Amino acid sequence: MPGKLKVKIVAGRHLPVMDRASDLTDAFVEVGARSCPSKHRERQVDDEDLQDEPLQITVLDHDTYSANDAIGKVYIDIDPLLYSEAATVISGWFPIYDTIHGIRGEINVVVKVDLFNDLNRFRQSSCGVKFFCTTSIPKCYRAVIIHGFVEELVVNEDPEYQWIDRIRTPRASNEARQRLISLMSGELQRKIGLKVLEMRGNAVVGYLQCFDLEGESGLVVRAIGTACTLDKLSSPATFLPACSSPSKDMKEIPFNEDPNPNTHSSGPSTPLKNQTYSFSPSKSYSRQSSSSDTDLSLTPKTGMGSGSAGKEGGPFKALLRQQTQSALEQRGGSPHRFCRRREFPFFTLTAFPPGFLVHVGGVVSARSVKLLDRIHNPAFVGIMGNTRSYKLLDWNSFNSDEPETRDAWWAEIRQEIKSHAKALGCHAVVGYSESTSICEEVCILSASGTAAVLNPRFLQDGTVEGCLEQRLEENLPTGCGFCHIPYDELNMPFPAHLTYCYNCRKQKVPDVLFTTIDLPTDATVIGKGCLIQARLCRLKKKAQAEANATAISNLLPFMEYEVHTQLMNKLKLKGMNALFGLRIQITVGENMLMGLASATGVYLAALPTPGGIQIAGKTPNDGSYEQHISHMQKKINDTIAKNKELYEINPPEISEEIIGSPIPEPRQRSRLLRSQSESSDEVTELDLSHGKKDAFVLEIDDTDAMEDVHSLLTDVPPPSGFYSCNTEIMPGINNWTSEIQMFTSVRVIRLSSLNLTNQALNKNFNDLCENLLKSLYFKLRSMIPCCLCHVNFTVSLPEDELIQVTVTAVAITFDKNQALQTTKTHVEKSLQRASTDNEELLQFPLELCSDSLPSHPFPPAKEHLESASSNSGIPAAQRATSVDYSSFADRCSSWIELIKLKAQTIRRGSIKTTVTVEKASPMGEGNFRNRSAPPCANSTVGVVKMTPLSFIPGAKITKYLGIINMFFIRETTSLREEGGVSGFLHAFIAEVFAMVRAHVAALGGNAVVSYIMKQCVFMENPNKNQAQCLINVSGDAVVFVRESDLEVVPTQQPAANCHPSCTEGEVTT
Amino acid sequence: MTSELDIFVGNTTLIDEDVYRLWLDGYSVSDAVALRVRSGILEQTGATAAVLQSDTMDHYRTFHMLERLLHAPPKLLHQLIFQIPPSRQALLIERYYAFDEAFVREVLGKKLSKGTKKDLDDISTKTGITLKSCRRQFDNFKRVFKVVEEMRGSLVDNIQQHFLLSDRLARDYAAIVFFANNRFETGKKKLQYLSFGDFAFCAELMIQNWTLGAVGEAPTDPDSQMDDMDMDLDKEFLQDLKELKVLVADKDLLDLHKSLVCTALRGKLGVFSEMEANFKNLSRGLVNVAAKLTHNKDVRDLFVDLVEKFVEPCRSDHWPLNDVRLFLNQYSASVHSLDGFRHQALWDRYMGTLRGCLLRLYHD
Repeated sequence: MPGKLKVKIVAGRHLPVMDRASDLTDAFVEVGARSCPSKHRERQVDDEDLQDEPLQITVLDHDTYSANDAIGKVYIDIDPLLYSEAATVISGWFPIYDTIHGIRGEINVVVKVDLFNDLNRFRQSSCGVKFFCTTSIPKCYRAVIIHGFVEELVVNEDPEYQWIDRIRTPRASNEARQRLISLMSGELQRKIGLKVLEMRGNAVVGYLQCFDLEGESGLVVRAIGTACTLDKLSSPATFLPACSSPSKDMKEIPFNEDPNPNTHSSGPSTPLKNQTYSFSPSKSYSRQSSSSDTDLSLTPKTGMGSGSAGKEGGPFKALLRQQTQSALEQRGGSPHRFCRRREFPFFTLTAFPPGFLVHVGGVVSARSVKLLDRIHNPAFVGIMGNTRSYKLLDWNSFNSDEPETRDAWWAEIRQEIKSHAKALGCHAVVGYSESTSICEEVCILSASGTAAVLNPRFLQDGTVEGCLEQRLEENLPTGCGFCHIPYDELNMPFPAHLTYCYNCRKQKVPDVLFTTIDLPTDATVIGKGCLIQARLCRLKKKAQAEANATAISNLLPFMEYEVHTQLMNKLKLKGMNALFGLRIQITVGENMLMGLASATGVYLAALPTPGGIQIAGKTPNDGSYEQHISHMQKKINDTIAKNKELYEINPPEISEEIIGSPIPEPRQRSRLLRSQSESSDEVTELDLSHGKKDAFVLEIDDTDAMEDVHSLLTDVPPPSGFYSCNTEIMPGINNWTSEIQMFTSVRVIRLSSLNLTNQALNKNFNDLCENLLKSLYFKLRSMIPCCLCHVNFTVSLPEDELIQVTVTAVAITFDKNQALQTTKTHVEKSLQRASTDNEELLQFPLELCSDSLPSHPFPPAKEHLESASSNSGIPAAQRATSVDYSSFADRCSSWIELIKLKAQTIRRGSIKTTVTVEKASPMGEGNFRNRSAPPCANSTVGVVKMTPLSFIPGAKITKYLGIINMFFIRETTSLREEGGVSGFLHAFIAEVFAMVRAHVAALGGNAVVSYIMKQCVFMENPNKNQAQCLINVSGDAVVFVRESDLEVVPTQQPAANCHPSCTEGEVTT
Repeated sequence: MTSELDIFVGNTTLIDEDVYRLWLDGYSVSDAVALRVRSGILEQTGATAAVLQSDTMDHYRTFHMLERLLHAPPKLLHQLIFQIPPSRQALLIERYYAFDEAFVREVLGKKLSKGTKKDLDDISTKTGITLKSCRRQFDNFKRVFKVVEEMRGSLVDNIQQHFLLSDRLARDYAAIVFFANNRFETGKKKLQYLSFGDFAFCAELMIQNWTLGAVGEAPTDPDSQMDDMDMDLDKEFLQDLKELKVLVADKDLLDLHKSLVCTALRGKLGVFSEMEANFKNLSRGLVNVAAKLTHNKDVRDLFVDLVEKFVEPCRSDHWPLNDVRLFLNQYSASVHSLDGFRHQALWDRYMGTLRGCLLRLYHD
C-alpha cells in the first residue's frame, strides 16, 4: 500500500549561532526517511516503510569551505497519520534536537500522508490498527470484543557496541542508536498490528514496549498488549447533526484523499472492523507461525539450563499442579478453533468495563535468572557491518536455534504464570506486565499479573465458558463479586483462611487480597487508600557469569518473601485489607539486589477487618526485654489506630460472630514462616498462606526482624492534605479539580562505606525513598489538598555504589469539602461511576462539535482578554514574533515531496535584519497579522498537559491521536559546564518533556495520557567530565475538552476557523 | 550516603516566588537555605533542612536555565522547553528586570561600560546589595540600552516590545537609558536628596518635549540623523535656547518681566518679598541654564545647575511648594505678555518641561 508523504518546512527560530565571526547561521534542511537518501528521483514508499521509519529532518549549517555542521534533527513518527481517523496532519513547531547539545532552536513543519488505499495486495503493514498505552478501554471507545494477549520482540545488535563505534563520533553513534531503536519499535508495532488483524481486532490497548539494553549481546525491543475490537462510542450525528458535522468537515475535507474517512461518524452503531478491514480468516491463519509465537507444547521448566531460578516448590507445587490439571481438563472439554492463539490468556489491562471482571484470585508472578550470551552469527555480523542500512534483524528470519532464546525465555515465564493462575482456579491473568533487570551478563526476567475469572461475554471465543457458567448463574451483587474466591473451597490449592463475604454474606472471601490491577470502579471501599511500599536490599558477592546467576537465584526467593512480609506488615499497620496496583521490582547490581514493591492499600468492605500486629519475643524470661516488647507493641497499636483515623477507616461494626482463628501460638507461627521462606518464592503462595491469620505475629528473634519493626514505624505519613497512591485513582476521593502537575524526579545516591551491611543498606535505601517522597510533598505543597496518583518508582543500580531512584507521578488537586462527604455517599458514587457509560452517550454530541476547539492553542476570548488587560506586553510580543517568523517563512514556503527525496536549501536571514524586513514587506501591518495568525499564532505556546493517568480530571477526552513513543539519547563531554550531573539530567528531562509536548501539539492534541517514562538510564564519568543518558517515554496523544467549556461551545464555533489545519488545507490544494 | 544527583522536573515548571527573589537578590544556595529556614518554612510544612536544600537547588537550577531566555523575554514566550503559564512568565520577566532603587541611583547617568562594571564592587559594598544582583541589574540596563539604542520610534514602546515589561517598568528603563545616553550627572552630593523617581519623572518630560521624537512630525528624510529619536536631545532646540538669553540680557525686558510677575503674584505668595528680591537671580539662573545647554558638558550638569540656581536659593528662603508652583506658572506665563520677545514657542518648550522638573525636584 504505497503512499505519498508531503513535508513542508515552514519556518525556523531560535537557531544557535553557528558562525562566530558573523553571529549568523546559514541554516538549511534535509528531509528524508532514511539516513542515506536514495538517489532515485522517484521512489515508492510503502506504508510498511512508513510505519517502521520515522521521518527525519536534519537542520544543518551551510559552510562554504568545510563540511556542513549539523545543528540538530527532528524525528517525526508519522504513524498517527496512517490511521484513518487519528490526526490528518502534523503541523507545528518541533524542537531541533542534538544528542550532544540538546535542543537548539525550533522548526515549523507540516507533514501529510496520502495513502493509496486500493493497492492492498500484500498486507505487510498494519495500517489502521490503533495503539493505546492506556491500560483500560480508552474513554471514547467501547470494547466490542477483548481478544487477548499479543506480544512480539525484535533483536538487533547495539550500535554502541559495534566495531565502528570506536572510530565514529559520539554524535554519530547516538544517532545511530536512536534511529535503530525507533526503527525497531516501528517494526515491532507493525508486527503486533498484523497479529491483531489476524485476531480480527482493530486496536491494541495497554501497549507496553520496553528496551533491554543487553550490552554486548545486543538490543531487545519487546512489546506486549491486549488486542481488542473497539467501537467508537456512538456518533453524535443522530443527536445533533447540525452542530457536529460542520466542525468535522472543516477538519477533514481538505484531506479527503482518503476514500473512507471517518465513516463511523455517519453510522453510529456500525462496528469499526467491518468498514476498515477486509481479509479472509484463512489468510490470517497462514501467518500464524510468525515470529515469536512459540508453541505451547514445550514444557517450560526443563532444558533452559542457564541459571534459571529454582522454581520448584515443595509440596505446594503438587497442590498447584492438581488444580492446574483440573482446570485444564475443564477447558479441554470444549475444543475451539482459536485455542492455539489464545495460548496465554493474559490481559495487560488494569481497569475493565463493568462486569468484565468476575473474580480475582490474587497476584501471580514468576521470575527467572538468565545468562546473556553473545551470539556469533556470521550472517548477523555481515549485515550489521554495513552501518548505512539498518536492515532490521528479526531473529526468526535467521535459521539458527539461538535467536529463539529470548522468545523461549519469555514463553517459559508466561507458561509459569499461566499455570499459577490455573492453580488459583482462574483461567486468565489481568494487569499483566513484564520487566527485566540487567547487570553485566545476568538478566532477571520478571512477569506478574493478577489471576482472575473473566466474563466471557467480552471474549471472542468460549474458551472459558465451561468453567464459568455455574458461577455466573449465581446472581452476584455488585461491589464485592470480584473479591469472592475463584477456587473451590473444599479443594483449596493452599491453606487459606476464608470467611463469608462481609458484603453479601453468600460467598467466601479471603482475608487479604493482593492484585496488580486498579481498584474496580464498582468496589466498595471504606475510607481512603494510601501508598504502601516495601523496600529491601540484599548484598551479594561479586561473581562472574554462572556463579553470579546462581547467587542471584538463591537470593531471589528470600527477597520475595521478605518483600511480601513487609508489604503485609505495612498493610496491617495501615489497618487495611487489600492491595491494588502491586508492582514488585527486583533490580540486580554488581554487588547487591534491590527489591521495591509499591501498591495502594485500601480497606475493602467485602473483606474482613484485618487483625492487629502482635509482637512476640523469643526469650520471654528477660524482664527488660519484655518491657521493650510491650513498649513496641503499644507503639504499633497506636500507629494502627492513628492510621485508621488518618485514612478514615471506620467500618461498620459487625454484629455477627467473626470467624477468625485466634492468634496462633508464636512458636508454631515461626516454624510456619521458616518453612515457607525456604520452600517458596512465589508471592501468591505466600500471600495466601499468610492470609490465614487474623492477627499477624511478628517474632523479633533476630536483628533482621527488629529492623523490620523499626522500619515499620519509621515510615512517615504524608503531611495533612496529601494523599498518595500508585493506582489510577485514589480510592475514596472522587471530586478531582482540574489542576494537575506531572513530574519526574530522579535521585542518585552514592553509598559511602565499602563494607556495608544489609541493615545499613536497607536504611540508606529506605531513607532515600522516604526523603524523596518528603521532597515531593514539600515541592507540591502549593497544591494542597492534593493527591499524588500513579506514583511510579523505578530503581536501578548503575554502578557499584550508586542507587538511582526515578519517580514519575501526577499531583491532582481535589475539593476538600466534598471529599469529607465521600465516605457517606460512597456507594452512591461508585454506582454513579458504573453508569457513566450512559452519561457519556448523552454528553457526546456536545463534545464532538467542539472537536476542533481544543486544538486551538488559546481560546480567542482569552487572548483578547489578555491583550486588553495589559495592552502593553502581549501585543508587543505578537508583533515582534510575526516579523521574525514570516521573514523566514517567506523564504522557504515550498512543499517538499519526500518521494523525490530532494534536500532543499533554505537560507535563513539573520535576526538582525528583522527590522528592515518589516519595512520591506509589501504587506501592511494589518494584513501581516491576519496572515501570520494561523501557522504561527502560537505567540504563546499552547499548553499540553501530561499525565500518567488514562483520564484528565474535569475534562472529556474527545479524540485519540495516536501513540507517542520516543527514545532519546543525550551525551555531554562538558558535564561541569552544564551544571554537573543534576544540571545535565534536569535539562535533558525538561527537553524530553518539551519534545513530547511539541509532537502532541503538532498532532493537534492538547494532552498526553498514560504517559510513562519506561527507561531512564544514566551513566556518568565525572573524571572525564562526561555523562550519557537514555530516556524512553510513551503515552497517548489526545484531544480533551474541559467539561466547563462544553456548554459554551456553540458560541465559540467560529473560532475553529482559524485552526491551523484548515488554512493548511488551502495551501495544499 | 551522599547525594550525587537530585532533580525534580515538572511538566509545568514550578516557580517559587520566594526562592526566585532570593536568587535574584544574588544569594548563594546555602545563604538562601539559611534565609528560608529563618522564615519559618520548616515549621509550617514540617520539612527537613535537607528537603529545603534540595528544593532550593532545584529552583536555582531552573532559574539558571531560564536566565538565558530572560535575556530576550520574547524567547521565553516562544520557547518549548519550559511550560510556564503566561502569568508566571510575566512575573519572571518583571522580577528579573526589576531593580533596586539604591543601585540605580548609583549608576544613573553613568556610561554603561566595562569601566562602570568594574565599580560594581564598590557599589555593592556601599549599597549592601550583593555583587551578583548588582551585576544582573547592570547587565539588564546595558542589554536594554544596546537593544533600543539604534531603534527609531518611542523609547518606551521599543522597550516594552523587546522586553515585555510592564508599562511602569518600561518607563523606568526609558529613563535609565535616556540618562545613560545623555550622561546626566546625578551623583553629586547636592543631588543625593533626589530619588530615582524624581529623575525618571524629569526624564519622561524631557523625552516628551526636548528630543527629536517630541517634534511629532514624521521625518521627511529617513536617512538624516533622525535615527535616535527618543534617546538624544534635539540639538537644534538646544542651539536655539541661546536666543532666550535676551530675557536677562535686556534689562528692560527683565524689569518688565519682573513687574508682570510681581503684579500678578502680589498678595498670593507667602514669600513675596523674598521672591521680589530674588527674582533677577532666579530668572538669570534659569535662562543661563538654557543658554548653556549647547555644550555637552553643561547638558550633563543640567540637574546640578537646576538645583544650585533655583532649588537651593528657594529652599534657603523656605518657599513652600505651592508658592514655587505659583511663581513658576506666572514666571513662564508672563513672558507671553512681553512684546519685545519673539521666541514664545521656544520658551514654552523649554519652560514647560523645566517647570515640571523643578516642581518635582523641589523637596527636601
